[in-house]
Amino acid sequence: MAKADSEKLWLSGNEAIARGAWEAGVTVASAYPGTPSTEILENLVKYDDVYTEWAPNEKVALEVGLGASFAGARVLVTMKHVGLNVAADPLFTASYTGCRGGLVIVNADDPEMHSSQNEQDNRNYAFAAKLPMLEPSDPQEALTMLKEAFELSEKYDTPVLFRTTTRLAHVKSLITVGRRILGPVEVKIAKNPAKFVMLPGNARARRQAMVVRQQELLAFADTYAGNRLEKGDPKRGIITAGVAYLHAKEALPDASFLKLGMSWPLPEQMIRDFAASVDELIIVEELDPFHEIHIKAMGISCIGKEKIPATGELNAAIIKRSLTGEGPDLFAPAEMPMRPPNMCPGCPHRAVFYNLSKLDVFVSGDIGCYTLGFLPPLSAMDSCVCMGASIGVAHGLTKAMGGDQYKKTVAVIGDSTFLHSGINSLANMAYNKSHATVLILDNRITAMTGQQQNPASGGTLMGEAAHAIDLEQLCRAVGVAHVTTVNPHDISGTMKVLKEELERDATSVIICRAPCVLIPEMRQKKITPLTISQAHCTGCQACVRLGCPAISWQPLTPAEAKELGKKEKQKGYARISAEMCNGCGQCQAVCKFAAISEVEVGS
Amino acid sequence: MKPSGNILFSGVGGQGILLASEITAYALLATGLDVKKSEVHGMAQRGGSVVANLRYGEKVYSPLIDPGQADFVVAFETMEAVRYLPFMHQKTKVVVNTHKIAPPSVATGKAVYPHAILEELAKLKIATFPVDGFGIARSVGEIRAANLALVGALSSFLPVGEEVFLAVMEERLPRKLAENIAAFKKGRQITAA
Repeated sequence: MAKADSEKLWLSGNEAIARGAWEAGVTVASAYPGTPSTEILENLVKYDDVYTEWAPNEKVALEVGLGASFAGARVLVTMKHVGLNVAADPLFTASYTGCRGGLVIVNADDPEMHSSQNEQDNRNYAFAAKLPMLEPSDPQEALTMLKEAFELSEKYDTPVLFRTTTRLAHVKSLITVGRRILGPVEVKIAKNPAKFVMLPGNARARRQAMVVRQQELLAFADTYAGNRLEKGDPKRGIITAGVAYLHAKEALPDASFLKLGMSWPLPEQMIRDFAASVDELIIVEELDPFHEIHIKAMGISCIGKEKIPATGELNAAIIKRSLTGEGPDLFAPAEMPMRPPNMCPGCPHRAVFYNLSKLDVFVSGDIGCYTLGFLPPLSAMDSCVCMGASIGVAHGLTKAMGGDQYKKTVAVIGDSTFLHSGINSLANMAYNKSHATVLILDNRITAMTGQQQNPASGGTLMGEAAHAIDLEQLCRAVGVAHVTTVNPHDISGTMKVLKEELERDATSVIICRAPCVLIPEMRQKKITPLTISQAHCTGCQACVRLGCPAISWQPLTPAEAKELGKKEKQKGYARISAEMCNGCGQCQAVCKFAAISEVEVGS
Repeated sequence: MKPSGNILFSGVGGQGILLASEITAYALLATGLDVKKSEVHGMAQRGGSVVANLRYGEKVYSPLIDPGQADFVVAFETMEAVRYLPFMHQKTKVVVNTHKIAPPSVATGKAVYPHAILEELAKLKIATFPVDGFGIARSVGEIRAANLALVGALSSFLPVGEEVFLAVMEERLPRKLAENIAAFKKGRQITAA
């Protein structure tokens, strides 16, 4: 997909980062999918001359990146904000080892939690790990600054953090693209144990090198063109970075701005000069008072989080109202039903949660499409913390309660999440004699982020066939003797196995295996939609309680019921939308009146 | 001074909102305007309420439409028009698909679909343009063309000629071009008067 030199393209932030990585001469990229970062590698794979892969988790991705950098390659590693928690272990020591080839870690924060379990501000990692962080505000800056990040990485012998947020990752604009260059470092084995073997003796020396590097980066920050002054009315001076800059510019176009392209370390002299040149210094930043705290630590007084909210996304209106008290009168919201996301028609997860909703168990959940099992009408999830947590949490519950209570605890985890960070916890269960039951919802793909391959799917990001991990064997290998595989669409069969395994005095795993309806093979399959015979439907709502988007409840008044030849007390009937039905048969399985079939009964 | 405006696309995940907003963005770009579009991916897409923000003008900074600043709301589902009422102002034009999709609470009989919901907009004297997107899509023989019918209805209000939209569609639509163009034109007729 090589493009001509210097043309204009309409690209999202993530597409621009992929383009920037290609232009920067990146030859290796590794990532675990996570909103809002996923599309970076999905786009980078389309370019020639770049090796791209999905790693099983972010820690592995970063370690792969580090190795490729040690060899001299320019490397891109991408992840969502919570992924950096997983990768934090290699991150903090990679700050000591530094690089050979440029190593840039794209970290995508999700203020407002559009698709995340928290909204941590990962600028704090830059401070804690003593790494430089660049922070673009729009797709054009993303492309330009990504290339600068590689130069920085090589010049200062440091991994570089590159922070995006949802409103950059998924924002599109017209940008000028350029041509590909190649990284300056020769790719070869270049042993340097004093730098790459982090034993205490070596690490102490590297720690001192980091102190020097930090001083050099501080000096660089004051000269970096990405930190720029935009002179305006000196009454208000705003220091801002990332997408917050765009909102602030919209809210107060006449103010003076110090726009930071480098969020850490800070350009201290620029900040002092700017502060001295304005009457009132205001720090506009999304989430934590990160810059505010460090600017105040420089002895400079400023306005920050006492006015600008520290939670959620900002927009121009919030900034304007916070700083000036001005804002338009708005129409009040109308009252209407919420429309939360839902599992797809035909989703195999639905049947599992339908069964769990019928059992008196604590469901320790995990991160994936199946987290939606929490929502009504299934309402069958009792906890969900982070990737892989379901298994450890379930084990902890049983150990705390003791006795027979283990019969009331299940962990629910998807195939990709299990391979991400569930295997260790399962080994712990077997090792420490847990009696909880683990359900691995194996839909053959990483579904929530848009159907990415994983080590159990049988294919790679680059489209090659790959070994597919045998989950049954894997579970047995870590010490689980009782591993049963079921087809979740078979609701009663799954329930029977669930009840047996809940009773068992040993760790057990049930692999619920049926493919995601959105994978290409399933999309190509011919679908025979189901229909409900109105004559046979008694209005019991068993199928409605599945919460399938294709099934809807049609209420009836007593008169209408009578007119349809039904008992007056029948409050309605269920209907299946033929356009939406995937023909999975779950509703057919729960209907006690044989009212659901492929062709209308009696026709 | 170049024209500027804010278009808020709203609907339900899977209705083709991203494609509709892409076609609109490319048409505006073709006139030399600065355009920014913001989407939400991931969890929110799974049949939930989705929204795309499209802003155009001489220079666009923020990718987000502020509350009270949407000049056009294009709703792919009836009640999703009114969900974004706080983003409208007195002169907002609302293009709304008359197609209704029951949210889970309605589909399971726990809540009632607010059938008279468009009257809320009429009460507030907000100009509303209903489009039978599904009917148009069926009439042109492509059930998935409802989104282009809505773009057609929106297009009458934008500082872009019809021929620009048609050229963008020709360049950008891989399949069923004739059907999509027919849907676009039928949508455009509704608001052209």
